[in-house]
Amino acid sequence: MNTDTATNTGIDTEAGMDTATAAPQARFRHLLAAEWIKFWSLRSTALVLVAGALTTFGICVNAARVNADRLAHQAELPPEPPSGKPPMPQMVYDPLGAAYVSPAWALLMIVVAALGASVVFGEYTSGLIRTTFAAVPARRAVVAAKVTVVGAVTLVLGAAVSGSSFGVTQAILRDHYGMSLTDPGALRAVTASALLLPLCALIGMTVGALIRHAAGAVVSVIGLLILVPQFFAGERYRWVAETGNAMPLTAWDRLVLNPGRDYDLGKYPLTVTEAWCVYGAWAAAAVAVAVLVVGRRDV
Amino acid sequence: MIEVEELTKRYGTTIAVDHLSFTVRPGHVTGFLGPNGAGKSTTLRLVLGLNTPTGGAVTVDGRPFAERARGLRHIGALLDAHDVHGGRTARAHLSMLTAGNGLPRRRVAEVLAEVGLSEAAGRRIGGFSLGMKQRLGIAAALLGDPPVLLFDEPLNGLDPEGVLWVRGLFRRLADEGRTVLVSSHLMREMEQTAEDLVVIGRGRLIAAESLGDFAARATGRRVSVRTPDAGALPSLLAAEGAAVRAEPDGSYTVTGLPAERIGELAFAHGVRLHELSPKVASLEEAFIELTADSVEFTTSTGAV
Repeated sequence: MNTDTATNTGIDTEAGMDTATAAPQARFRHLLAAEWIKFWSLRSTALVLVAGALTTFGICVNAARVNADRLAHQAELPPEPPSGKPPMPQMVYDPLGAAYVSPAWALLMIVVAALGASVVFGEYTSGLIRTTFAAVPARRAVVAAKVTVVGAVTLVLGAAVSGSSFGVTQAILRDHYGMSLTDPGALRAVTASALLLPLCALIGMTVGALIRHAAGAVVSVIGLLILVPQFFAGERYRWVAETGNAMPLTAWDRLVLNPGRDYDLGKYPLTVTEAWCVYGAWAAAAVAVAVLVVGRRDV
Repeated sequence: MIEVEELTKRYGTTIAVDHLSFTVRPGHVTGFLGPNGAGKSTTLRLVLGLNTPTGGAVTVDGRPFAERARGLRHIGALLDAHDVHGGRTARAHLSMLTAGNGLPRRRVAEVLAEVGLSEAAGRRIGGFSLGMKQRLGIAAALLGDPPVLLFDEPLNGLDPEGVLWVRGLFRRLADEGRTVLVSSHLMREMEQTAEDLVVIGRGRLIAAESLGDFAARATGRRVSVRTPDAGALPSLLAAEGAAVRAEPDGSYTVTGLPAERIGELAFAHGVRLHELSPKVASLEEAFIELTADSVEFTTSTGAV
């Protein structure tokens, strides 16, 4: 009887069935608000993010301080090579390296990726996912809202850490080639590092959706983001080098490289454009896979 | 109104729900009964679109629930009180559900008061007792003031006062014209709660009728017989199609024959009877008997 009523009236809106209760319109911003509350209502979230950001910032600032101290007491140029040896490339100190100390940023990558993963697997392991989808059957919209909130928060965090790390380290190194944002490659490095965080968070969310298990998801995402680029660092085979080049960490390394220094980019160099494409492709693939697997599976 | 039609759910080679069809009408509390592993929870998940059926369909007020953009206005569900994140406070948990469905924020305080959790609103759910979690789950189900409510084993962990309160709540929700489906594996819980019954076993429908009809059909079919001439009687009754079970106290419980017929048979064959008494089985006994063939994990005691 109810089936007939629904079909015959041709009403396809949410409100159509609920004359008595006047259902509110289904709006995406409602889901954003829900995911926002969900994200911040776990005490560990803010703690982990702030601790990770401060650690990375601290390591970079300390590197700048130590280098400034060292450079104040030594010659700016390397010594001439001994006679009979070929001349070494001119290795002038690169101040950009202090703003983007690789292990420090790798740590922050792990922190946001693990957080992204936990935001998703946390729903599955706790069973909350059933409550979530019973309240909002539109699963893709839920995933989209979650991706938006986590992406936005980590982007803001990334911009803050990247910007402050660049600003503070270059100020410390102002007497030692310290850079300003207008120098070639500076803005690119700041932007790439700011975007690295949401990128890793999205990849973490997807791995969390695929694996749905705490330890498994965290170990997998660390392996994927940090270890795989190192396994594929060799240059003997082209496909190995190209696989390594397709990883987010490698792309970030390329994007924060100071174009004002004479670096050896290896046999199969990654161009800046390619590095940006790696960022874009991983982000798009991560969102697509997350939407697909969460939308399909029984919970 | 919930309409289940030929619903089937297979996991690999096991069939959790097997061509199940029934209708749950508004205005009544309907008990959803079955032994452990009968497929009750799977059925409820299929109703909510959390699992995709292998075959068949289920509609809620005329439409598959999964087609709804937002759910709380249509179905309020408590599947498992543990389906929450222990790190959040009760208030945060309800707030995010309220926000996602675009419901007025005041609903959070209203439902917390309704279930008696106002005091605990700011406490983390991880520290809640099972009874408190059940109350929180019921609060979440009430948030959207929905016309259909599903509760899976809601009485678990509640104290006697809580059980009384929940029964009253279900009664009231049904009296308001809502569809209320409450699952349980204990008939005695449903006896005082439900008017209609849907009984399933091994994923198949066993009964879908009013509690009164179920009671009339299922009870009062046993007769207790005591005789000093034990040798002859069991085979005599068995030949007439009755099931005879020897009890530890030396009596026999006979099912499938009325007391009058047993008396006549005994008289005709010269078997002395010391006792011949029809037993009105409790609903619980009737339920166990009806679902006996479909119990997933059975114990050997009590076998015929």
